[in-house]
Amino acid sequence: MIDALLAPLQYEFGVRALLAAALVGVVCAVVGSYMVLRGLAFMGDAISHAAFPGVVMAYLFGGSLYLGGAIAAVATALGIGWISRRAHLRSDTIIGVLFAGMFGLGVAIYSAIPNYVGDLFGFLFGDVLGIGLGDLIGLAVLGGIVLVVIWAFWKEFLFATFDPLGAGASGLNVNALDYLFLGLIAMTIVVSIQAVGIILVVAMLTTPAATAQLLTARFGRLMAIAIAIGIASGIAGIYVSFWLNLASGASIVLIQTAVFLLALALGPRNGLLRRRSVEAAGAR
Amino acid sequence: MTGPDAGDGHAGDGHGVDGHLVHHPGHDEGLHAGHHPAVVLSGVTVGYDGRAALTDVSVTVEAGTILAVFGPNGGGKSTFLKVVAGLLKPWSGRVQVLGAAPGGEARRIAYVPQAEQVDWEFPVSVWDVVVMGRYARLGPFRRPGAEDHRAVADALDLVGMTPNAQTQIGRLSGGQRRRAFLARALAADPDLYLLDEPVTGVDPTTQEDLMRILEAEARRGKTVIATTHDLASAAERFEDVLAINRTVIAHGRSDLVLDRDVLSRTYGGHLLVVGGETLLVDDPHHHDAPPGHEIHFHEETHR
Repeated sequence: MIDALLAPLQYEFGVRALLAAALVGVVCAVVGSYMVLRGLAFMGDAISHAAFPGVVMAYLFGGSLYLGGAIAAVATALGIGWISRRAHLRSDTIIGVLFAGMFGLGVAIYSAIPNYVGDLFGFLFGDVLGIGLGDLIGLAVLGGIVLVVIWAFWKEFLFATFDPLGAGASGLNVNALDYLFLGLIAMTIVVSIQAVGIILVVAMLTTPAATAQLLTARFGRLMAIAIAIGIASGIAGIYVSFWLNLASGASIVLIQTAVFLLALALGPRNGLLRRRSVEAAGAR
Repeated sequence: MTGPDAGDGHAGDGHGVDGHLVHHPGHDEGLHAGHHPAVVLSGVTVGYDGRAALTDVSVTVEAGTILAVFGPNGGGKSTFLKVVAGLLKPWSGRVQVLGAAPGGEARRIAYVPQAEQVDWEFPVSVWDVVVMGRYARLGPFRRPGAEDHRAVADALDLVGMTPNAQTQIGRLSGGQRRRAFLARALAADPDLYLLDEPVTGVDPTTQEDLMRILEAEARRGKTVIATTHDLASAAERFEDVLAINRTVIAHGRSDLVLDRDVLSRTYGGHLLVVGGETLLVDDPHHHDAPPGHEIHFHEETHR
């Protein structure tokens, strides 16, 4: 057992993967806690797909994948925010249009690369076991920036999420906070792509926070629980991936989903099983 | 436009006195010597998505006034409040709030939204909500300190919610929810209270308590502007009233709400007069902004 636990630590790549997964777990949980309360899960999915053409362009020209993905993701996030304030369309409609359009652009550019194979799988589904030292440092720096911004504005984000009218009237710049938050989602997604890939990153953002929402009615605790789930599932996912030779991103996400289903069934607040037993007791 | 005299302001705001409007000399500037206006709107037109919700509104609210804004649903009550709060930018006209442009003195303003606009499932306790009243003055990076905790505790005490401080807001009764939000406004220690339907659908005890607190604030020189559906409480508990239906119909002492002429022009077809008794038939819709598919006859006037 101990050998099995120590096995990944004997390799440098194993240690890097564990650090990266834990870090991504923290950043995603923190940003995701606000995201689920703002009803932006679909937005997260859109931004992650929108990062794809940026990543491909960076790959094509040998630039930083983070930078390329960040530019495309932030531009799309701000574009969605900007258009939905002006066009007479529902924002989920605009998200749907831009999300598919940007992803299509990425696929088109990728397919134009001669002899394209290899790294596509890594972009789409993540490969945290293959993370290099440079990428890990980039992840730590960008993730750190996201955490510092949330640390600075946590109460402003909370007020603007809960009551945008009251927050705006009291002098908070709710529009600027909205844009800043979209930017944070975009950066979080970019740092997470290496670990879980474009397709699954929305789960890293949504699932731990959604699970925490089932377990507590206080925001501070919600974020703490989400962080704990994010770290634990990240590390557990790496082990599962290492032992069973499964894709790392999928392993992390599946563990998170299992924890969510467990909380859904057994949660103290609105657990399905508990509700049934209470109803049964009431019927008697 | 709603009628031949739509667009006229009330007497005393610098606009012409229309013969149809009820003129109350008590509102002339001269009798409020030493007072300064908390809110001045002149010729304000504003709306949503190209449709005007309020047209040519001119109103002056003196500091220390406790004012009820009444009118039919969709008549622009909440819109009026949002303009004063700086949440909605007028298309035209001039707005001055606490001596500044809208939003300029935002930290001296507390806004309480309608109960149905609040997500009661949100994971916050009563304390968490009330301390939000302190956030704007704290600014980024800073955490609430001892002074903020005291302000929150005092506000909770005043509205009688100290025992519920740690309760998640969704578990509160309707009256307790209004108390919690009034506590948030009190904790901000504002000079201007803007309350959207603060006493709608709450029990009489809560209504009485909330009005007493607001009256005490007005006596301290704070200005209170509240929208209301309840004409009886507007007549009884508010000093002044403002009748709004897409523009200002009348503005004056609160006995205006008992004036049949004002009522019929404010509520139009929704008013029935049966054997000397006036009945008000209000429609059930609860929005100032008409949904996109709805066609309004005012539309062609402002596009």
